[in-house]
Amino acid sequence: MKVRLRNPKRELEVAGPVRVHALLERLELNRETVLVIRGDTLVPGDVLLDDTDVVEIRPVISGGAA
Amino acid sequence: MKCTVCKGPAVIDIRRHNANFCAEHFLRLCRDQVAKAIKDFAMIEPSDRALVAVSGGKDSLAVWDILVELGYQADGLYLGLGIGDYSDASGETARAFARDRGWTLLEVDLPTEHGFDIPTGAKAARRVPCSACGLSKRHLFDEAARTGGYDVLVTGHNLDDEAAVLFGNVLHWQDDYLGRQLPVLPARQGFPRKVKPLVRLGEREMAAYCVLRGIDYIVEECPMAAGNKHLGYKEALNLIEAASPGTKHDFYFGFLARASARFTPDAVAERELLQACARCGAPTPGEVCAFCRLVDRATDREAVPVALGRRPG
Repeated sequence: MKVRLRNPKRELEVAGPVRVHALLERLELNRETVLVIRGDTLVPGDVLLDDTDVVEIRPVISGGAA
Repeated sequence: MKCTVCKGPAVIDIRRHNANFCAEHFLRLCRDQVAKAIKDFAMIEPSDRALVAVSGGKDSLAVWDILVELGYQADGLYLGLGIGDYSDASGETARAFARDRGWTLLEVDLPTEHGFDIPTGAKAARRVPCSACGLSKRHLFDEAARTGGYDVLVTGHNLDDEAAVLFGNVLHWQDDYLGRQLPVLPARQGFPRKVKPLVRLGEREMAAYCVLRGIDYIVEECPMAAGNKHLGYKEALNLIEAASPGTKHDFYFGFLARASARFTPDAVAERELLQACARCGAPTPGEVCAFCRLVDRATDREAVPVALGRRPG
């Protein structure tokens, strides 16, 4: 599957199937600090992602000024 | 994973509530939490005109959206701080949000109106960028709320922001800051009432709110904020929260319930010493306010002699 990350923007290929929580653990990301987005909605931690999925892992700490 | 309310498919889990939510019930939760914060802390009256400080980030756009959903009269205020492409993108995001909904967005551009941007101002004043930025924002938000006749100034500070600030203030025992760290600061001596309706919602919830409401916001961090202490405090608290959900909520609301009042007299005493800035009329403990001094340094302006004594606020 394609995994898009931010800050900095980059893209990874990750083999599926894998549950969202396991994917975050594999990438050493704290689940309190990110959202996983597929299409235009959120994907909760127990969902099984497969090789054809494209997901964005979005950090929730953002903004701060303008 | 099923929604705790309706048993339909959930889109998000909130571990500190030990609950999962579908999109509809999550959005309702966010509105209910804001309504509860407004009621519990007497933040906004139905007849109030509110001015929302809008950065183009998730929190400020979400709080504006929720206030209007709850029926409040709320306009936005965007400050252009001159932080290169980041400010350009932030301004356009805030404008598009307001334009799409037909809502009023006021704008103040720091470089145009005061002759400097945040990177220049910070360097000239030998302040860290976040310090110069925070000082400028507080001054210009207060001024815009006063001159626009707004009853209340709304900011998008969320639970994570407040817990991180509290963490820093406790680590360094900043008594005066602890006395002011409240969800509501009443109007006084030239300051508008200031409220933080998102204090019951975490950073992750606000990002989720925007995704589920289809709100386009600036996801990137401010380039000037990289490595600042506040982000480090958030990171530390998130490590604790992951192991013990609910810790940030207990820390902040425990402080408000059990400790905040012990520090408030110091903050009140400090405010009673304020007078009007001889240059701009803003409340200040000195003769010239910190923002006017920052403008002088940033624009390399020679200090203009000022009259002594108070000016009408």
